[in-house]
Amino acid sequence: MTQTKSGSPVDRRRFLTLAGLAGAGAAAGVRPAAAEATPDPDIVNLPPWTQALGAGVNNHPYGIPSPFEKDVVRREVTWLTASSESSVSFTPLYALDGIITPNGLCFVRHHGGEAEIDPARHRFMIHGLVDKPLVFTMEDIKRMPGRTNRVYFLECAANSGMEWRGAQLNGCQYTHGMIHNVVYTGVPLRAFLEAAGVKPRGKWVLAEGADASAMTRSIPLEKAMDDCLVAWAMNGEALRPEQGYPLRLVVPGWEGNMWIKWLRRIEVGDQPWGQREETSKYTDLLADGRSRRFTFIMDAKSVVTSPSPQAPLIAKGPNVVSGVAWSGRGTITRVDVSLDGGKNWTTARIEGPALPRAMTRFYLDVDWNGEELLLQSRAMDDTGYLQPTKAELRAVRGVNSIYHNNGIQTWLVRSNGEAENVEVS
Amino acid sequence: MSRSARSCAIAGTFVLAFTGLATADAVKLGRPALPEEIKAWDIDVRPDGLGLPEGKGSVAQGEELFQNNCAACHGEFGEGVGRWPVLAGGQGTLKSERPEKTIGSFWPDTSTVFDYVHRAMPFGAAQTLQPDEVYAIVAYLLYLNDVVPDDYVLSKENFPTVALPNRPNFYDDDRETTEKAFWNAAPCMKDCKSAVEITSHAAVLDVTPDAGKEGDKPAGAVE
Repeated sequence: MTQTKSGSPVDRRRFLTLAGLAGAGAAAGVRPAAAEATPDPDIVNLPPWTQALGAGVNNHPYGIPSPFEKDVVRREVTWLTASSESSVSFTPLYALDGIITPNGLCFVRHHGGEAEIDPARHRFMIHGLVDKPLVFTMEDIKRMPGRTNRVYFLECAANSGMEWRGAQLNGCQYTHGMIHNVVYTGVPLRAFLEAAGVKPRGKWVLAEGADASAMTRSIPLEKAMDDCLVAWAMNGEALRPEQGYPLRLVVPGWEGNMWIKWLRRIEVGDQPWGQREETSKYTDLLADGRSRRFTFIMDAKSVVTSPSPQAPLIAKGPNVVSGVAWSGRGTITRVDVSLDGGKNWTTARIEGPALPRAMTRFYLDVDWNGEELLLQSRAMDDTGYLQPTKAELRAVRGVNSIYHNNGIQTWLVRSNGEAENVEVS
Repeated sequence: MSRSARSCAIAGTFVLAFTGLATADAVKLGRPALPEEIKAWDIDVRPDGLGLPEGKGSVAQGEELFQNNCAACHGEFGEGVGRWPVLAGGQGTLKSERPEKTIGSFWPDTSTVFDYVHRAMPFGAAQTLQPDEVYAIVAYLLYLNDVVPDDYVLSKENFPTVALPNRPNFYDDDRETTEKAFWNAAPCMKDCKSAVEITSHAAVLDVTPDAGKEGDKPAGAVE
């Protein structure tokens, strides 16, 4: 991985100095950049952790974050749904960096609660329009040839769905937190379909989960044979129960609802099944009263995660604008950032791996003089798709579609460093 | 492969008789699925009626079953309690500011109602209803949505003939043509607009968790 050295010519070229002068007095809440005149007690006094022994190596047999990070947790919006078993808990994007989401912070969406499944009792069945209907145990699955590791984002189609009618929730955790990005270990679904032998009439597959909603989605056979995975591990360890332990479907770049958790069954058929989650839900109601269906692909999207309402700026001077971008159509090739609500744009620095259908990290190093910012980011992918403004989206789709809101987000950063979710003309 | 490993492999040819490379086209894993096993899991019902079990149920039977099994969340007449889904009504609202997406106003296929009730309802007691009971509940829901009369008996035989009114208003994803303008590899970078006004503040509504208060609850995106 290429590391960009701080202070390199590349950095300086992209180091953006804002027009205008900093005010004489620092605004409330913004720490002055000037050095302390008195010695820092955290340096000159011996702290207890330097003096006394700490905990032993197996204090936490399964490690947990520092207690000082206790606020970095998933959160739910309780008014959103009738019950916690059919609801969503959001990824704290504002506190994360890099591209990989830690397993314990990956957003959770259930429709019938979290199934607790003994892997020894889990079965995976392939049937329908196949030559040989087959049943696999978890042991069988882990012995399959062709095991692979792939990094993909999973975004709920309803991510940002509360924002169609205007700015509503203060924090990228809530506006954009129905996404995570991990490395999956699994076997291509194609291997199972080929083992069973798909009949020529087979055009669609139905994937089903073993949870109390027996979650189902129809997926075109072409996609199933292309890049879908049957995965049992995320970020190197077994899937978390809330992510479908012991087995889930990975449907790269397509809406998260299709990534069936607790995967137990794949049926091959010659037409889609018209399931609840592809008719009454996950269809996009447009302004003319008609609805798009099978809008599987998640379009290019990005958001500035810091600063953001949950991650205010704390000092003038050098600051790092940080965010993530992703596209279900391919690889993120470019992210532009605007500090003035979309009047002027600067291309940000993509840092770390930029993988197809994976979350990509971008940074813009700025020198903030304390003036108000209207911070935006817009992503472009390798198909040339450019993330639209919310106004552009609404002009085509109206405001009733719930799903697939990939419009450009604006944060108003006030002179005291606090940020608010706003929309601009 | 290291030199020593390679020479081991060459020398130990008997090992190769047992260990070769597995390929995806010769998978020997898994076992045949038995017909009884497929039947136990394959309960999905398609819009053309494929997968419907034998059985029938009347609107009157459905009304009683609905009051006992469903009304606590969905309301006596499918009007919904609290944030639980509304199942009936909503006709003519799809272009309005607050669309009411019910079976009668929005859902395209009757089969979806049967399939979903059969697989996932009642919430917390999934797959406990018998096929006749599901037919009856679906008949009652169709009655609540003015799709069938109050003396209707829904069965496997007459099922596919019952079409829902919003069926014609669904069409396949056309973003690549209707949103072609979003493909723009050379976007504006400087002086892209003359003025920028703030048009909407999240703080006005203030429905963010931990924000200290809960105002008017807006339309939910998670259903």
